[in-house]
Amino acid sequence: MDGSESREMALMARCVAAPGDDRIAPCWSCHGPVADTTLFCGTCTAVQPPGQADHFARLGLDFGFDLDMDLLDRRYFERQRQLHPDRFATRTARERALSQSQATTINEAYETLKDPLRRADYLLHLGHDGATPEGCHLVNDMELLTEAMELREALAEADTAAEVTALARRAADDIDRCIGELAEAFAGDDFDTAARLTTRLKYLRKLADDCRVRRLQLASR
Amino acid sequence: MPQLLQIHEPGATPQPGESGGPVAVGIDLGTTNSVVAIGEASGARVLRDEDGAALIPSIVAYAADGSAIVGELARRLMLDRPEVVVSSIKRLMGRGDVDLKPVAGTIPYQLAPMAHDAETEGGSRMVRLVVAGRTLSPVEISADILRALRERAEAELKCKVDRAVVTVPAYFDDAARTATRDAARLAGMEVLRLVNEPTAAALAYGLDEGAEGIYAVYDLGGGTFDVSLLNMQKGVFQVLATGGDSALGGDDFDHAVAERFLAERRERFGEEQLSVSDAKLALMTGRIAKECLSTQRFGEWSLQVGERHSLHRLERGQLEALLAPLIERTIGICAQVLDDAGVDPTDVRGTVLVGGSTRVPLVRRRVREMFGREPLADIDPDEVVAVGAALQARALTRGSETLLLDVTPLSLGIETMGGIVEKIIPRNTPTPVAKAQEFTTYQDGQRAMAIHVVQGERELVTQCRSLARFELRDIPPMTAGAARIQVTFAVDADGLLTVSAREQTTGSEQKVAVKPSYGLTEDEMAQMLYDALQHGAEDMRLRVLTESRVEAKRVLTALTSALAADGDLLTDDERRGIEAQIATVETTIEGEDRDAIGAVVEKLEMMSRPFAERRMDRGIRAALSGRELKDFEAAEREGKIASTP
Repeated sequence: MDGSESREMALMARCVAAPGDDRIAPCWSCHGPVADTTLFCGTCTAVQPPGQADHFARLGLDFGFDLDMDLLDRRYFERQRQLHPDRFATRTARERALSQSQATTINEAYETLKDPLRRADYLLHLGHDGATPEGCHLVNDMELLTEAMELREALAEADTAAEVTALARRAADDIDRCIGELAEAFAGDDFDTAARLTTRLKYLRKLADDCRVRRLQLASR
Repeated sequence: MPQLLQIHEPGATPQPGESGGPVAVGIDLGTTNSVVAIGEASGARVLRDEDGAALIPSIVAYAADGSAIVGELARRLMLDRPEVVVSSIKRLMGRGDVDLKPVAGTIPYQLAPMAHDAETEGGSRMVRLVVAGRTLSPVEISADILRALRERAEAELKCKVDRAVVTVPAYFDDAARTATRDAARLAGMEVLRLVNEPTAAALAYGLDEGAEGIYAVYDLGGGTFDVSLLNMQKGVFQVLATGGDSALGGDDFDHAVAERFLAERRERFGEEQLSVSDAKLALMTGRIAKECLSTQRFGEWSLQVGERHSLHRLERGQLEALLAPLIERTIGICAQVLDDAGVDPTDVRGTVLVGGSTRVPLVRRRVREMFGREPLADIDPDEVVAVGAALQARALTRGSETLLLDVTPLSLGIETMGGIVEKIIPRNTPTPVAKAQEFTTYQDGQRAMAIHVVQGERELVTQCRSLARFELRDIPPMTAGAARIQVTFAVDADGLLTVSAREQTTGSEQKVAVKPSYGLTEDEMAQMLYDALQHGAEDMRLRVLTESRVEAKRVLTALTSALAADGDLLTDDERRGIEAQIATVETTIEGEDRDAIGAVVEKLEMMSRPFAERRMDRGIRAALSGRELKDFEAAEREGKIASTP
């Protein structure tokens, strides 16, 4: 191998592994080149394994907390129409297995992005390079703690359906507001605030759940 | 038909007639009745007998020589020879003996003693019945029903039927699903997909009526209850949530009536010891009374136990009082499913009734009150599931504009310290789904590890249903806590679980041995297949041959596309060589020799390897220059920004 050739190989290697760019690998079926995140080989149309991509990219959505839910559904359905195992029932075992892993990845992306709480958690996780951000699991926020305790006491003392319904309504309003604030925090790259709001959202969700359980208890009495 | 928005990704949708040959049917394997249908260009057609009956009673009678009689004839035999007849076998699929429901203290089945190891940890606790002197598993009995359905289809279509979409209650757990798939295999059919019954009904209904929006499917069959909430959008049938009870159905209505009649007898005659046959007959009488009271206001029925006859009068009001607690349970489950999906009853655009038990007037009334509107039942509730299954069979084999997106009905978890369940995959998660969990060893040099998988919503292992015990073996010896074993739990589009494991530090794949709690082991299944299939070897050979043809065609398609795109990378000689080999493959796949097909395909792959390498080189070069161009453009853009004040 002469000098120019080895330099070229090195360049190729760099290109193939360049982060942030689509990596290039041989198609498992026709062995020609395909980009890492391509769904179907451009040459032989065979389904490809799911490559490395974040959930937003996977569903062709803009990265960020603010999400058009109708668009999310639409993109999810589009992807599943192409990749769901039902589309490959009479294909080779390899193609069936690949479609299953593609559909699994798409479901995971959809489930994560659909729910504001999971979406916030996911963004925090990405934003902090995989490390759990300060305050995400620790409660060191007195204001938050006090609020949570007050609501919890109010629920414990509520003994009519109307009282529980009022509390549930308040929790639902708070949840909506909290999601709005989260969107602002993420838009401004304010991860500390986002982490605090995410914790609060968790509390409010739990409270809403408990209200539901309490209402069922009161109804069955 | 709604306007359908379809993206035909090249290669993703099978071409009509591509698979050719045998037909795939749709089968509703019910507790009380079964139905088979086929998908046709214009829709689906339910297959009927000479008298026009679509329903085949899911009842099997066994002759002295072991041959099975299925359907109406078996049903009639029930009165004279109840000891050779089995009904409602679906209720026993993937079950243990504790799941059986006695009638006045007598279980209406004769059970074989449990296998030895069932008492000790880990053995299968699946029930086996003794019928006409033979010991049979529910899988084998269901296989006899499926075989009868297959024969009806083959007689009608005059061709081989070896693939089917079989429906199961949405609330069926993994063991019951596996048992259903195994039964179809025993009957000589490959299950293309297990489809949840309410989803199949929604497919049939939605396509027929052009329904859009959120619909509830209330499916009360002979032995199972399901309710699914679906979002129907432009050909997509997305299940939002599902719930049910896999041991609640019309059988339980019959049971309630039978228990009342037997209690009346006890008042008259004192305690009576029921035989298994008496129990079967009492249930049948209960069923007849229930069915009559759907149209009549009252009636009188006779019951014989031993030598003594008794007459029992029942009014519809009294029947409804008996059934009300059972029906309220279904209504409670509906409320739970609405809650799970976060859907208000007023958001539901329609309720579809499925299953014979929805003919009970009280059921209709309560469903109407629950959802605040008249439920829809314009398609025969007994046939709609089979129609949906046939439509799905057609979609899977011929391609389709529609798509079913279903969910897991039950949470899946593993046993942790103190018998507590740790949930891995929560209920109502869209399938297919996979979740990974990391485990470590607690002893130096530990080589194996047991994982107990359960299904259910409760917190304690004992309150959930045991699915299987998985044993991870051949873990590389390490100090305690050093091994990092990643276990992946995957539920596929059939709702079936697979477990795989990998040790993270060494990257070694772990062997996973499965011990089903209520199922057949691989060995038992293999033996049964061997015993049961008269043409087993021939079927197997054909299946393997079909697979090798599909694979060969895949290679041909791939290579032909590659030649069209990058053919210039080959010299004329090379190209001629490859084309000659392509021709050889094409003629070989016309033949019946699987090994020959494998050999010529392998040779073709080998010959075209240098071609593939050249294509990769070109691709990388193209990507490289594209990247440099992109970098250049980016730099230029930045330059431009910098130069603009």
